[in-house]
This record gives sequence, C-alpha cells and structure tokens, in this order.
Amino acid sequence: MKTSLLSIPAILALSTAAVQAEEVRVYNWSDYIDESLLEKFEQETGLDLVYDVFDSNEVLETKMLAGGSGYDVVVPTGTFLQRQITAGAFQKLDVAKLPNLANMWDVVSSRTEQYDPENAYSINYMWGTTGIGVNLGKVKELLGEDAPIDSWELVFNPENMEKLATCGVHFLDAPSEMIPAALKYIGEDPNSHDPEVIAKVEPVYMAVRPHIQKFHSSEYINALANGDICVAVGWSGDILQARDRAAEAENGVEIAYNAPKEGAQMWFDQMAIPVDAPNPDGAHTFLNFIMDAQNMAAASNYVYYANGNLASQEFLVEDVKGDPAIYPSPAALDNLFTTTPYDPKVQRVVTRLWTAIKSGV
Amino acid sequence: MNPRRIFLIAVPYLWLLALFLVPFLIVLKISLSDIALARPPYAPQLDLSAGWNGLRSFFAALDLENFVFLTTDDLYWKAYLSSLQIAAVSTVITLLVGYPMAYGMARAAAEWRPTLLMLVVLPFWTSFLIRVYAWMGILSGEGVLNQFLLWTGLISAPLTILNTNLAVYIGIVYTYLPFMILPIYAALEKMDDSLLEAAEDLGCSRTTAFWLVTVPLSKAGIIAGCFLVFIPAIGEFVIPSLLGGSGTLMIGKVLWEEFFSNRDWPVASAVAIILLLILIIPIVLFQRNEQKQREAEG
Repeated sequence: MKTSLLSIPAILALSTAAVQAEEVRVYNWSDYIDESLLEKFEQETGLDLVYDVFDSNEVLETKMLAGGSGYDVVVPTGTFLQRQITAGAFQKLDVAKLPNLANMWDVVSSRTEQYDPENAYSINYMWGTTGIGVNLGKVKELLGEDAPIDSWELVFNPENMEKLATCGVHFLDAPSEMIPAALKYIGEDPNSHDPEVIAKVEPVYMAVRPHIQKFHSSEYINALANGDICVAVGWSGDILQARDRAAEAENGVEIAYNAPKEGAQMWFDQMAIPVDAPNPDGAHTFLNFIMDAQNMAAASNYVYYANGNLASQEFLVEDVKGDPAIYPSPAALDNLFTTTPYDPKVQRVVTRLWTAIKSGV
Repeated sequence: MNPRRIFLIAVPYLWLLALFLVPFLIVLKISLSDIALARPPYAPQLDLSAGWNGLRSFFAALDLENFVFLTTDDLYWKAYLSSLQIAAVSTVITLLVGYPMAYGMARAAAEWRPTLLMLVVLPFWTSFLIRVYAWMGILSGEGVLNQFLLWTGLISAPLTILNTNLAVYIGIVYTYLPFMILPIYAALEKMDDSLLEAAEDLGCSRTTAFWLVTVPLSKAGIIAGCFLVFIPAIGEFVIPSLLGGSGTLMIGKVLWEEFFSNRDWPVASAVAIILLLILIIPIVLFQRNEQKQREAEG
C-alpha cells in the first residue's frame, strides 16, 4: 500500500511530459538493476532512458489494464504476465530484432512457457524464490541455536513469532505469494484456487498477526540490513542484498536467506512490451541490450538474483553462481513450487482475506 | 437575455459539465458493469458501430450487482463510518486551531497582514507529499519529536505516534489548516470594527461582544472552512496510507485497494459513487435549509 506512492511521481511525470520518440521508458522493480547499466545503455544506443520503479505487481497490472501507461518495457511476474497477455496488454516480440535471444537458458525458458507459451511475448529477466531472511545473531539469541530458520515454522508458529516480535518481523504485502506460503505450511496445495482451502490460512495469519510489525514489500531490505528488524519474509535477492549492505556497513548484522524446506515459491520476472508502447523499436533495443551476456551478468552480480541467461553464467562472480540460495542445486529446484493466476472471483476472496489479515476487519 | 449574458453563464456550466458531470457519468456507468479480464478491465464496452441494437444490449447488461455486493460485506460500512469520524474530528480540531489564528491575523496591524497571509500560504510552495514525508521523520520512533521529548526528560521511552490514528489526525489538521484559516480570515477582515464599539457602548463585555458579534459575522467563513476541510478529509488517501497504521480504516484506502489490489473497477466505482452521495446529500440539504432561512428572514 504505502509503497505504491513511489509511482505517484512517475504518473505525474508521465502526464506532464509529452512522449518523445527517442526515449525508452522502462518500468522495473525497485532495487533490481545495476544502475551503471542504465548509463551504459544510453551511451551505447544514444537513446534517452527513463527508468521508473514499482514494488507491486498489482499496481503494474492496473496500469497495464488501464492502458496508456507510456512505458515501453515493463517487468511483471509470470502469473501476472499470463493474465495480462490474456487481456491483450502486450505485443508479440519481434525475434528478428533480438539476436541475443540465443543467450537464453532453456532450463528457465521451458518453465516460463507455462505463463507465456513459446515465450512469444516476454523474455526472462530474473527469477528467484520467496523465503525467509533472518538476522542470525538476534534470532539465535531469542530462539536458541536450533532456531528453525529454514522452515515456515519460524514465521507461522505463534510461539516463535511471539518471541521474535520484540526484534521486529516484516511480511511481504503480496497476497499471491503469502497465501501459497501459508498453504504450504499447513500442508495444503499452495496453488489451490478453492476459496474454502484458501480460507484455511486465515487462522494461521490471525494467530501471528499481532506479532507482525509491518506488511511491506521493499522496506525490509534496509530494515534487515540496519538491524531494525530480525526476520523478513521476502524475495531471495532482496534479502541477499540486505546481507551485502550489512556486511559493507560492518555493523555486526549477519543476514541469512533460506527457501523453507517445506517448499518455497519460485517466480519469474519477465520483460514484456505493452501493446501501446510509444517506442517499440527502442523497447526491443533495450531487451537485446539486457540479454547481452555481460550486461545480464552485471545485473545479477549486483542484485543477487539468478537470471535466465545461460551465456551470462561465465561472467557471474562466484558469490552469485556458487550460492545455492541464488542458483539452487537440481535437487533443491524440485522442492520449489510455482503458482497460476487466480480468476477474478477467487482474486476477490484472496484480496478480501488479505485486507482482513492486515487490518483485522 | 442578451448573448453576452448567455455566454457568461454558459462558461461555468460547460466547465461543470465537462469536469464533473461527464466523469461522474463514466464512473456511474463503470459501477453498473461487470469485471472482466480485458483492457479496460470491465464489460460491457459501449460499441457504437453495432447501432441501436448494440446500445440496447449495452444497457441491458448494466445492473446494480456491485451496489448489492457493498451491502454484503461490513468492511465498506465500517470504512465509510470511520472516514466520517476521522474527517469530523479533524474538522473540529482544525476549526479550534484555525479560528484563533485567523482572528489574530485579522486583528493584526494592517501592514503586517500581507506577511501573515504569506506565512499561511507558504507551505503550499513545497510538495504536499514531501511535507507528509517530513511528518514521518518528525513522528517516527527515532524521530525529531521523540528525540526532543527524551532529551527534555518528559518521557523515558519513545512514544509510538507514527502508524497510528493520532498521526493521521496530526497530518490532516496540518495539511488542511490553511483551508480553514483563509475563509475565516476573509470574513473577519471585512468586519466593521464600529459594530464592536457599538456592542461595548451598549454594555457588552469584550468576551460577550466576541460571541454575539464577531462569531456570527464570521459564520460564512466558518462554514466554508469546515466544508473545505471536511470534504477532502473524508476521501483522504495519502495521509492515512503514509502516517496511519494497518488498523487505520478509511474509505480512500479501501477504494485504492479495490482499484489496485482487486483490480475490480466496477466495485471501486460503486464505492466512489456512494462516497459522493454521502457527501452531496448533506450539502444539498444544508443549502436548502440556508435558503429557507434567508427567505424567512427576507
């Protein structure tokens, strides 16, 4: 909720400035690129790059369905991409303009086909998991050496949460990921679209709700790194960025990320071109630039997310390529699940449930 | 009527038509539609190429389903009531703070008034969003206010103000204060001082003269100020979402959630229509009452 205000300046900027042909407007997730790549793109192509950020798929989807967003490249997550393709929000990619498609990794593109058949509308930017980040020192101090940091027990068991509340817990404000996680915890199908099954997560959340400091989808990076909170349910790379920031600050905070052993959600952020993009040629130029092996590697090395680009792997630093939290082993991959989009009726049940969980009404 | 007069009258009416009535009809139309996975995300769309039959089937597909839905979930009523309450309390506080300020400005020496007026308007030169963010910095646990109170020794542990309803009240009162001060100041400044002298000559104390002369004469300013604060405060979204907590329930936030999280434009539009009715009906009744009084007096 609060975060989406980030986009208000963007809306204002768009409504006042006339769209010029030599501009490429990209709308990507916050903290999701090495910003030196943006300058490099402008220098290499001579195009002006306008780069805005969001932190919620819902906000992006509203803009895509309203039309006239003014963006040339947007980055929805797979399930949202699928809905928006159905709604006719994107244009097919012109493969002839994307020679770097040869760099892509079939392990990822075969998985993204469930959202975008034949990958006709999108390329994979990055992918990751939704799991738990902890401040090792504080959590072990409160819960002991054998704290279940690799299990959903840590955040869904009220006994653990009661103790953790003293040092602060953040949850993602993203029902399409938090509800599957709670379903997995109680042993239900995380991809269930049955309202009765989905309703079973309500008591789980109501029991831990008083101990959750905030539902927010981007503040936890800094909060974890500064030591303001000790647990965050968040996205893999974001938590690894927090780990990195804490290490750089040398403030004694040690962060660890785990995809819970019961099973964690695997998601794919896909770059696509809106059907009404003002500059589709520039958009293709940007996609091709991003799919360059060295550029993609630079982005991954910076944000600690795995990408869908095979050729980039030789340029990845060992910290990224060798970290099983970023590039899981084939066995660990089997333990990750994916979800499919809710239809509008179920979506309403999900959002209403989430409002009840967040506000208690 | 001469053409000049018609033209002068037509301008404000066209303005209202283009900027109020047409958007209202569009929202009303969406509120009667159904949600769909399309661009834009509702159905039916008006298809003029199908001619008369297209128009007829378009109107046949509209219904009140979304308004019925609003009555089945108590979230909406609670949010409307809570918004009304927050707006009403904020308006009263704004009046209590704003009236003395306006009074002081109107009583100040004439050469000081432009400067004082300037000071009231000055905050508008900074973006509203930035001023609300500044309040986050002031009110947070590590913020300026708590640091100061801890330093003076008035409190021993930081107060939790940010992310509560108290912060919402502070934000609304702060933001809308100029809208209360300016109309009251305008009313008080026009007041004829000889009326007060007459009241005192006739045996009123200064306090009685204030209540019997000054306050009734500034009534128009008070009413205008209260409307200017109350109406936008009801639909306020930015202040509760930045300063309020997850427990702060306001209709503006619910509306945002319907639009962005549910992506259900029809229900969001129905919420907006009801909000508009809640605001307009009391205002119309109030104005009618005023007119009747005026006629009775005249």
